[in-house]
Amino acid sequence: MKEKLVIIGAGMASGRLLEDLFEHAPDRYDITLFGAEPRGNYNRIMLSPVLAGEKSYEEIVTHDAAWYRSHGIATRFGEPVVRIDRERGCVISPGGETPYDRLVIATGSASFFIPVPGRDLPGVIGFRDMDDVEAMLEAARAPGRRAVIIGGGLLGLEAAAALRARGMEVTVLHLMGHLMERQLDPAAGYLLQRALEARGIEVFCNAHTKAILGHERVDAVLLEDGSVHEADLVVMATGIRPETRLAVDAGLRVERGIWVDDALQTTDPAIYALGECVEHRQTVYGLVAPLYDMARVLARRLAGDADAAFEPPAVSTRLKVTGIDLFSVGEIATDKGHEEIVFRDPGRGIYKRLVIEAGRIIGVVLYGDTTDSGWFFAKLKAGEDIDPIRDTVIFGPAYAEGAAADPLAAVAALPPEAEICGCNGVCKGDIVAAIEGGATDLAAIRATTKASASCGSCAGLVEQVLAATLGDDFALPEKKGICPCTDLGHEDIRRLIKAREIKTMPALMQEAGWKSSCGCHVCRPALNFYLLAEWPLEYADDAQSRFVNERNHANIQKDGTYSVMPRMWGGMTTPAELRAIADAAEKYDVPAVKVTGGQRIDLLGVKKEDLPSIWADLNAAGMVSGHAYSKGLRTVKTCVGTDFCRFGTQDSTGLGIRLEKILWGSWTPHKVKLAVSGCPRNCAEATCKDVGVICTETGYEIGVAGAAGMDLKKTEPLVRVATEDEVAEYVTAFIQLYRENAAYLDRPYKWVEKVGMDWVRARVVEDADSRKALCERFEISQSVYRKDPWAQETGAAQRRRKWAPLADLTLEAAE
Amino acid sequence: MKTETTDWIDIAALDDIPPRGARVVRTAEGCIAVFRTHDDRVFALDDRCPHKGGPLSEGIVHGTAVTCPLHNWVIDLATGEARGADEGRVRSHEIRIREGRILVSSQWLAKRKAA
Repeated sequence: MKEKLVIIGAGMASGRLLEDLFEHAPDRYDITLFGAEPRGNYNRIMLSPVLAGEKSYEEIVTHDAAWYRSHGIATRFGEPVVRIDRERGCVISPGGETPYDRLVIATGSASFFIPVPGRDLPGVIGFRDMDDVEAMLEAARAPGRRAVIIGGGLLGLEAAAALRARGMEVTVLHLMGHLMERQLDPAAGYLLQRALEARGIEVFCNAHTKAILGHERVDAVLLEDGSVHEADLVVMATGIRPETRLAVDAGLRVERGIWVDDALQTTDPAIYALGECVEHRQTVYGLVAPLYDMARVLARRLAGDADAAFEPPAVSTRLKVTGIDLFSVGEIATDKGHEEIVFRDPGRGIYKRLVIEAGRIIGVVLYGDTTDSGWFFAKLKAGEDIDPIRDTVIFGPAYAEGAAADPLAAVAALPPEAEICGCNGVCKGDIVAAIEGGATDLAAIRATTKASASCGSCAGLVEQVLAATLGDDFALPEKKGICPCTDLGHEDIRRLIKAREIKTMPALMQEAGWKSSCGCHVCRPALNFYLLAEWPLEYADDAQSRFVNERNHANIQKDGTYSVMPRMWGGMTTPAELRAIADAAEKYDVPAVKVTGGQRIDLLGVKKEDLPSIWADLNAAGMVSGHAYSKGLRTVKTCVGTDFCRFGTQDSTGLGIRLEKILWGSWTPHKVKLAVSGCPRNCAEATCKDVGVICTETGYEIGVAGAAGMDLKKTEPLVRVATEDEVAEYVTAFIQLYRENAAYLDRPYKWVEKVGMDWVRARVVEDADSRKALCERFEISQSVYRKDPWAQETGAAQRRRKWAPLADLTLEAAE
Repeated sequence: MKTETTDWIDIAALDDIPPRGARVVRTAEGCIAVFRTHDDRVFALDDRCPHKGGPLSEGIVHGTAVTCPLHNWVIDLATGEARGADEGRVRSHEIRIREGRILVSSQWLAKRKAA
C-alpha cells in the first residue's frame, strides 16, 4: 500500500516539486493534486511576455493534462480545498473528503490590494494569473484606452511596459521615492524611470493613492495631493499576500506566511508547505529561484532524505522588459562595514554598483550593461576574495585579470571619428586637428571646436585627448572636484544642470558620474541649492540635504539648543512686538536674550521641541522668521533717515524695509546682508555689506561685494540711480545674478573677485534687458520661496510631531 | 538581567523618520539617535558626537555615515567610529526593522547605572 500524498495548489512550486519527486522516488506515493484554477500548471513568471504579445499561453504551459496522466497523478483542477481536517487526516473539497498520509500546502499568494475606497470596482485587477492577463488584454483591445498601474515594482513595471506595447496610454503610480526600491538604489531607479518615460509611460513617484473613482466601472485614480489620473483599467501591483487561510483554519502556526522550518515542515509533522505561501526564517519569497530550491529540498525529504534542508539563497532580479537591461542581487544597501564600488557612464546611461564586505562581493546592481552579471553573481555566490583585483573588478572579466587600465592609452587608441562631445557632435579628429592648429588648452579647444562648451561633461575627455596628443607638453590639470564624490567643480555642475535640464538629485549624480551612492555633507547642500536656484518651480527642496540650521529654521548652539530670531523689518519694531518677544522669552525659559549687530533680538537656548510653539506665539504677534540661520537674505540694516535724523537725505528705513520685503526668503549661495544709510555719514555701515546703499541729496549709490567677516573689504560701486524703484531693480538683479552663478558658499565678494566687476556691470547695469530678465527670474523663484518657514511648521499637530522625540522610553523605564 | 534572546519593543513606524534623516529616542541613560539611510536601513547611536558632544541626530546622513552638525566629524553609523583622520567612537545600539516598524532591544528600557 503506497502512502497518500495530497498537494494543495498546482502552481510553479508544486510543479517543480512533482518533477523532482519523480526523479528521486517515482513510485512511493499515490498523489492527488488540487488546483483552484481550472487549468494545469503554467510558467507564471512568463505572464508578462504573454501580456506583451511576445509569447502565447500555450508556450508557457509547463505541465499539461497528458503529463499528469502519464505520471499517474489524480488531478482535481477547478476544485478548491475548503478545509483541512488534521485529526482525521483528510482534506475537504466540494467533491468530498480526500485522506492523506502527508500533505503539502502550495497555495501561493494573491495580489495585495491596498485598502482604498473603490478598490472593488470592476476594472480594478491584480496581476497574478492568466485570468488577470485576459482581463487586461480585453481592456487593451479598444484604441486609446488608459491604464493606471499602482505599484512600480517588478510586476507593475512589466505590466506597464506590456500594456504600453499593446498601445494603451500607461501611467505608473509608485508610493516610494524611486522605482523598484527593493531591488534598485535611487541611481538605477532614476535610469529605469528615464527609460520607461522614453517609451511614453508616465511615471509618478511618491504617489499616495487616496481613492479609486468611478460608478459602474473605474474612471480614475485620485492621489493624496489631489491630482486625478484617468483610467479605463487599474492594475494593482502593490505586492502579494501569502494565501494562508487553510493553514490558519487548521490551527497551524502562521506569521506573515505559513511558518516552516528548514525541512519545510509546518508545526504539524505530517504537513509541509512551500512556495510563496510560506515564511522561512522571517522571510517570505516572491521570486521563482528560491521556490525551486524549496521544491528540490522538499522532494528529497518526501523521498526519505532526512538531511535535506532549505538554505535561503542569494536571489537575483531581472526585469523582463525587452530593451531594458537591469540586474540586481544580494545586499543593495551599504551596511555594517560595507563598502561600495560605483561606476557610471553618463553618456551611455550605465550604472554599476558592487557592495563589498570584508573583501567579498555581497551585492550587485547593474543598469544599462548587464553583460558581466553572471561573472559578478558567481563571485558573490562563491564568496571569492576580490581584494587582489579590487581596482579593476568593476570593469568585469575583460579587465580584472589584466593590467590596470590606463585611461590615456584608451583615449590614444580611439579612432579619429570617435565622438568626444555629444552635445556639439565633435569627434576626436576635430580636436586633434585643432591641437595641431595651435590650440593647446581646454579653453582654446572650446573656442575653436565647441567641444565641452555646452554641458561640459566631456571636459575631462578633451583634456585626455590634449595629453595624448601633446605628450609631455600638456600637464593634466589637478582635479578640482567639490568633494571626494566627484571630479567636477562648482561651475561644471551648474553648467551641467542647465544644459541637460537636470531636475533631481539622483539624476544629477548619475549624469555627472558621482562616485558615491548618495553624496556627502559637502556636495548635497550645494546640489540642493543649485537645483532649486535653476528650477524653482519644478525642484522639490530636500530638507535632508540641508545643514541643521536651515532644516530646523533656527541656529544650533554648542549644547544642542537653538537660537530663535524673528525678523524686524529694517530694524524697526513696536512695543507690541517687544512685549510678545518678552512673553515668549519668559514662557519658554529662554536663558539669554541678545540684541544683535543686525538690528534685531536673538532668543538663545531654546529647546528643539519648543520651537514650533515659540514660533506660533511669535507668528501670532505678527512676526516671521528672521532667517538668521540661512544661506539667504539675513538683515537689511538701516539708519532712521529723513523721518527723524537732521542729516537724513532720503527715507533710508523705508527703502531698507522695501528691499527686505522683496528679498526675504530667497536662498543664495551664502548669506547676504544689506544696509541702507540715509546720508554719507553712513551710520548703517553700508560700505562693508554684500549690498550697501548710501542715500544722497540727489539719489542713491549702490555698492556691492563688501565684507566685514574673515576678510574686510569696502564695497565696490555698482551704479548710481535717482529713484527707489531703480534701487530695487538693480539690487534684485544683482542678487539674482549671484544666485545663478556663484559657487555654493562663496559670499558675493568672493564671487565678484572671480568674475570681475566689469562682468557684473555688463549684466546688471549696461544691459537693461538682461537686468529685467534677472528680476523676472527672481520673482518666479520668490513665488515659491517668499514664505515664512515658521508658519509652515506650526500648523497641524502631525507636522509639529517631528520636532519632538520619536519615543520616550524614560517613562516606561520608571514603571 | 536577561541573557536569552532579545526582546524587541516596537517604538515607531519607519516612515516616522525621513530617508537620510534621524530622530531621537529618550532613554534613562540619555538620548539615542535613530538614523534611516537612503536605502531604508536603520542604525542607532548615542546622540553625542565623541568630539564635543554635538547632536548627531541633526547631522546630514550620507551613505552609512552622519556628519556632526557642530564641527563636521563624520561618524560611521554601523560602528560608531569616527571616519578619516579623527579618532573617537560613540556607542551603538541594537535596532531592527520588521514590516515597516522600528524595533529596539528591550535593553534600551533598562536603567543601567553608568559603570
